[in-house]
Amino acid sequence: MIELKRAGFSYGGGAILADVDLHLTKGSFHFLTGPSGSGKSTLMKLCYQALFPSAGTIKVFGKDVRAMTHDDIAIIRRRIGVVHQDCQFLDHLSLAENVLMPSQVSGRDLNDDLQNMNQLLNWVGLTKQINALPPQLSGGERQRAALARALILSPDVILADEPTGNVDWEMGQKLLSLLIELNKMGKTILIATHDMNLIRVAKPQVAARVLRIQDKRIVSGGADL
Amino acid sequence: MNKILRYWQLAQDMLSGDQNADRVVPPSGYTASLTTFVSFAMAFLTVFALALFLATGRLADRWSTELAGTSTVRISAPDGQMDAQAKTVLGILETTPGIASARLMSEDEQRRLLTPWFGVDLPMDNLPIPSLIEITEEGVGPDVNGLRLRLQAEAPGAILDDHTRWRRPMVKAAQRLRLLGALSIGLIVGSTIAMITLAAQAALSANGQVISVLRLIGARDNYIAKAFVRRFTIRAFLGGLIGSLLAMLFIYFLPAVAEEGAFLTGLGFQGVQWLLPLFIPLVAATIAFVSTRFAANSKLQRTA
Repeated sequence: MIELKRAGFSYGGGAILADVDLHLTKGSFHFLTGPSGSGKSTLMKLCYQALFPSAGTIKVFGKDVRAMTHDDIAIIRRRIGVVHQDCQFLDHLSLAENVLMPSQVSGRDLNDDLQNMNQLLNWVGLTKQINALPPQLSGGERQRAALARALILSPDVILADEPTGNVDWEMGQKLLSLLIELNKMGKTILIATHDMNLIRVAKPQVAARVLRIQDKRIVSGGADL
Repeated sequence: MNKILRYWQLAQDMLSGDQNADRVVPPSGYTASLTTFVSFAMAFLTVFALALFLATGRLADRWSTELAGTSTVRISAPDGQMDAQAKTVLGILETTPGIASARLMSEDEQRRLLTPWFGVDLPMDNLPIPSLIEITEEGVGPDVNGLRLRLQAEAPGAILDDHTRWRRPMVKAAQRLRLLGALSIGLIVGSTIAMITLAAQAALSANGQVISVLRLIGARDNYIAKAFVRRFTIRAFLGGLIGSLLAMLFIYFLPAVAEEGAFLTGLGFQGVQWLLPLFIPLVAATIAFVSTRFAANSKLQRTA
């Protein structure tokens, strides 16, 4: 699905990531951990082409990211659901419109996805907020809304960058359960988090692998939970 | 031809209605009113510049053609010789090739010519007013230098005036005014392009989050650009339409001045020329379309 080989990223002359090897296979579940500022978010961005590697190669669904046009990246992103810590929405549109937005931009028939949207909002527990504007939602609700939006196109891969960073412990666990459930449905999951407790909670529920970034490299790649 | 068809399809695609896509960009913002106002003001000014351009063109043509086929002989001689010299001059003119007719102007006609400057009570008898002979030319006209020499020899008080001395600067002035009108239109178009591009860039910058979200969820550049281009094009068209119609109304109701104010009364459109300002909103929309697309593409190319 996503493969990094000796990938590196530098900014302003300083290396943020170096010689990173990572292979996300279909149906795998990975945690990416490390202290704040270690490069977790940068690695996530490299995975969905918000950034491009300064060194090495990255292949997404078999295509080298360096050879991709903007349109190629747009098509790839429809197969990758992204959930951020501070998830952004179109604040002037309702929750329903925001969740349906990926369908709209990909030119799908919105009527076909209306049922999907209702099911997703029911699944993440936001049915009552369907007409609310994003600024009216709480932190946890925004995270779940972002998850619903990320899933509307039924992507193959879900990248979650600190998905529990802005929510309380209970909500964090709920989000984790949703992601585990998705993995059981065959989705590839990569969660970047500095919260080790979250990883411990996940241990009995899923066969996840933990990757730790230290000194710009993945130092414990493949260590079983 | 294929290129034109491709641009036409692109324009159709960019402007095709999609209510949902239109809502992607927040409706408010100062750039919305700015674009409409710029387009309105520029269209308003363009109509006047166009009117000036057309009016001065007509004026130059009129001055050029009306005066081209005529000339005048002015005879200044002592009282006793005036009639004799006039007779001699008329005789010369009758035998000169290139002259269709020559006629001595009456005192009444001369008085009428001087009335606008000196009023109706001009005491002609007390003034040393020269006799005037009006010449109507034919074909390429007479040999002016040869005629001058002949007049000088046979009627020393006669001076041939073929109007070129003051016709040329007047026509030149009218042509300069016409150039000024064209230059004004060019400057207005240039300013419109600059201002709409700036407004589009401001809108794109102000909506950085919208672009970022759309990118994240897999929107193509074309989709994002379309949301902005369509909105700016429609605003520019509406602003241009209102500005053009209002300016046309102003010109239509310009006060009618007497014949003496021929230049002012000539400022406007005649016949089918009234259709020309109606193209201005289309030009404004095209400018907005191209400028916004350029601004959007530049912005989107720079951002991942």
